[in-house]
This record gives sequence, structure tokens and C-alpha cells, in this order.
Amino acid sequence: MVELKGGWNADPGAQAEKEAGSEELLGSGSRYRLKSGSAIVPRESVSGQALSAVIAIMAFLACLCVGAVAVVDETAQSWQRQVSREVTIQIKPFDKPQMDQTVRAASRLVLEFEGISRVTAFDDDSTARLLEPWLGANPDLSELPVPRLLRVTVKDGASPDFYAIRKALEEKVPGATLDDHRAWHERLARMAWMTIAFGSSILALVLAATVLIVVFATRGAMAECHDIIEVLHFVGATSGYVAGQFQRHFLLLSSRGAIAGGVMSVLVFAGLNFWTSWNRARPEGDQIAALFGSFTLGWRGYGSIAAVSVVLILLSAITSRMAVKSQIRSLEVYSRRR
Amino acid sequence: MIRFENVGLRYGLGPEILSDLSFRVEAGSFQFLTGPSGAGKTSLLRLMLLALKPTRGLISLFGKDANTIRPRQMPALRRKIGPVFQEFRLLDHLTTYENVALPLMVRGKTEADYRKDVTDLLGWVGLGDRMHVLPPVLSGGEKQRVAIARALIDQPSVLIADEPTGNVDPPLARRLLRLFIELNRAGTTVLIATHDLGLMDQVEARRLVLNEGRLQIYD
Repeated sequence: MVELKGGWNADPGAQAEKEAGSEELLGSGSRYRLKSGSAIVPRESVSGQALSAVIAIMAFLACLCVGAVAVVDETAQSWQRQVSREVTIQIKPFDKPQMDQTVRAASRLVLEFEGISRVTAFDDDSTARLLEPWLGANPDLSELPVPRLLRVTVKDGASPDFYAIRKALEEKVPGATLDDHRAWHERLARMAWMTIAFGSSILALVLAATVLIVVFATRGAMAECHDIIEVLHFVGATSGYVAGQFQRHFLLLSSRGAIAGGVMSVLVFAGLNFWTSWNRARPEGDQIAALFGSFTLGWRGYGSIAAVSVVLILLSAITSRMAVKSQIRSLEVYSRRR
Repeated sequence: MIRFENVGLRYGLGPEILSDLSFRVEAGSFQFLTGPSGAGKTSLLRLMLLALKPTRGLISLFGKDANTIRPRQMPALRRKIGPVFQEFRLLDHLTTYENVALPLMVRGKTEADYRKDVTDLLGWVGLGDRMHVLPPVLSGGEKQRVAIARALIDQPSVLIADEPTGNVDPPLARRLLRLFIELNRAGTTVLIATHDLGLMDQVEARRLVLNEGRLQIYD
């Protein structure tokens, strides 16, 4: 049995004094609220705040990009829908006195086909307005071999047999041709596809940069926690426990940043939408509306923004978990191969 | 409890800093590990804590060859060891109370389970009135006692302390020594690394003396 030379109570006074003080503090009327509610990973570190800010900025840019692609996609599809819902019939003026009859015959014929909702003939006034840029105001069309145009409106979601309509018109209405705007449609589709592809490429680059920045920022914020991980390891914490603590911490940090960034981007779109609505009757508003339609994010836009935010949150949490596991593996010298 | 057989350690391709160490630390024993600065005391302690792997030889803890212990068994094994680090390694964002409770917190115990134990132990090491304080405002001696209390809170089978009296004045060092002896009497195996001859002279205990990487034992 080991013994302390000189006895056990070499300085009993000091010890008694200390313990008396402790008793007072530890009694039922304790002055301090002692609790273990503090996070094992410090909540308000400088690098943690910086990480939140970085994630907020990157989430904002990525969501802006996602929203922009969604708006362009929506606008391009709307152009395509509008173009594909109308076709035009042109009747050449071979028999000018009988033109009205020919127009009626063509209208009746086309309306027999499935999927056609309405046929509207351009009257002389409408035709004159169409030709105004070339012929000037109030041209006398009776003197000119101007063809008659019929606007054929297709029912929503229907796809009429344009080949059969064209054939029937050629057989039964002399001088009538059908223009289904295919050339326009194809050009528009190509343009829309290129716009979407370009936007998606930019989005992919922004997302890749965001992923890298979030991963490195998370690892940077983890660097200052190296000592904490080591202490937890030596006091017997399992790697799952330590990883869980850090994952929870970084989930909170990244949620704060990603939600802030996502909400800011939604506000930007809401602001632009408000601005275009406000300026609808003005030239600048009309130009913007003609180009982009409205800045309203559909459910796909909101869904994409939410998805980007969730991905960034998970990315940061998973990166922190992997970094902790990796550090603990490096501390477990007996599980490392030489 | 701890067994070293022909253990050698070198860092990288450098010279061997610990050579042919063979000794046993029996359960319930009390010993000092001493030697001049740079003799390899801290490295030897790190080998005992399984924080370093020897370049040769065999280390066994609690009857298990360290090489055969699986990573998932390590946390349970570490919980049987109470380490006191020379540089304390307290978490600066946690209060004294929370630092001491840390080993119990990571075991999933609730505060209701450990509150009394932690406050009692802090009172015992003379920090009853400092339990709400963060480590940066504690003195070196107070940090030392917090580190010791943290090592003891879960009643480890073995206490391994690296220079536990290095930052305290002689009366406090004597009080800490008395605490270690009391622990030992309660059944805890104690190993204290120190180069404080005055401290060692106060106790009749086994001495492991490291010199130039070799160990001599004085029972």
C-alpha cells in the first residue's frame, strides 16, 4: 500500500475552505445553472459563420441560375405552344369574285377534321393592317393579287392530321395551301433547346463550383475542430458519436446558409416579377415580357431551388461526417496498415 | 493490466527512441515514470494510450494483444483508461463542469445521472466554485485539476497522467498526489509521469526510469 510521507492532512485548512465553498455553491440554492446542453462542437465559431455565409452566397447564385433556367425553359415552351396551336391557310386569288365562297368552303372542310377548334378568316381590313409596313396605310387591295389568309386554331392538346388536311385542301379548294409553321416551329425548338442547353451548362458549372466550395469550406471549418475530435476520441467517444455531433452541427450551419440563399433568390424572382407587372404597359416592361415572359417561378422552379438548397445542406453534413471519420481513422493507429 | 514485451519505437527512419522495453503494470499498483526531458516518457505514455503503434514488440492491455483489438472495441477500452495530458486538452468552449462531464456525455449518460458525481468531484479537486468558468480564464493549476477530474470522472481502471503536477505549486502538488493515492487505494491503477524528484520522494512507490530510450525499474 502506498502512503504519503508526512501524513494525509498536510494542509487541511485550505482543503476544508475549498470544500466549504463548494458545498455552498452546490447546495439547493445553486447560483449557477449547470447543464450539459452546450454543444460539444462550438456553435458560433468564426469559420462556422464564414461557412454559413459562403453557403448562403453559393446557394443564392446556384438557385438564381436554376430559377433562370426554369424561367427560360417555361418561356421557350410557351413560345412553342403558341406557335403549334395555330396553322395558316393561304388561298391564292385565282378567282377573285368567288373568293368569299372559296374561303367558306376551305373553312368548312378544315373544321371537319378532328382537333380543329376554330377557323378565322382575315378580312380585308386585317390583311391591310398586315401589309401596312410594305404598302402604307389604307392600301386598295381590290387592285392587288393579295391572297386570303385563314387562321386555324388547334384544340389544346390535340394533334390534327395536317397531312390529310393539306391533301384535302389541294384536292377540293383550288389555290389553297396549308402552312403548319413547321419551319418556324423547328427553328424555335432548336433555339429553345440551345437556350436550355446553354443555361443548363452554366448551371452545371455553378453547381460544380458550389459543390467544391462547400466541400472545401466545410473541411476548412473542420480544421479548427481537430483538437475537439482528438479529445473526444481519447475520452472514449465512438467514431459514430463524434461524426454525429459534427454532422448535426454542419447540418445546422449549412441549413442556415442554404435556406437564406434560396429565400434570397426567390425574393429576386418575386421582385423581377413585380417589376414586369408594374411596367406592363411601358415599353421597357413590354420588351422584357416579350423576351422572358413573366418571371413567375412555376412549381418546377420552386422545386429546383428547394432541391439545390437540400443538396448543399446534405453535402456539407456528409463532408463533415467523412472528414471526422477520416480523422478518427488516422488516430486509430492500430487499424492502419503499415 | 499493461504489459510491454521488447517494445521498440522509432519515428520514421530516425533512431530508435525507445528500445527493448519490457515491463508490467499490475492492477491496483502505483508507479512513477521518470527520466530526463526528452527521454521518451510522453512517447511511452502514448504507446500505453494506443495513440502510437510500436515499431516492434508486443503491447497488451487488459489481457488483450493490442494488435488484435478491433477498431470498434477501442472506445470501450479507452473508457477504462483515464488520461491526463501534459497540455490538459480541455475544450475551451465548454465550462469546467461540462469538460469534466465530457466522458460521461459521450457515453450517452443523461445529466441527471452524472450531475452529482461531477459536482462532487469538482468539489473534491477544489474547483467547486469554478465549475461555471470557461478554461481560458482558469489558471494553469486549475486547468490541471480539471484535466485530472475529467480523467477520473468515470472511475477508470487505470489513470495515466503526464506531468500532472507540472503547473502547480508544491502544496497543491501534494494535494493532487494525495488524491492519486486515495484513488489507488480505491483500486485504480496509477501511473504518473514526472521529472519532479521532490514529488516522488513523498511516496514510497515503484519507479520506472527512462534514460536514452531504455528502462530501469526500481521496485
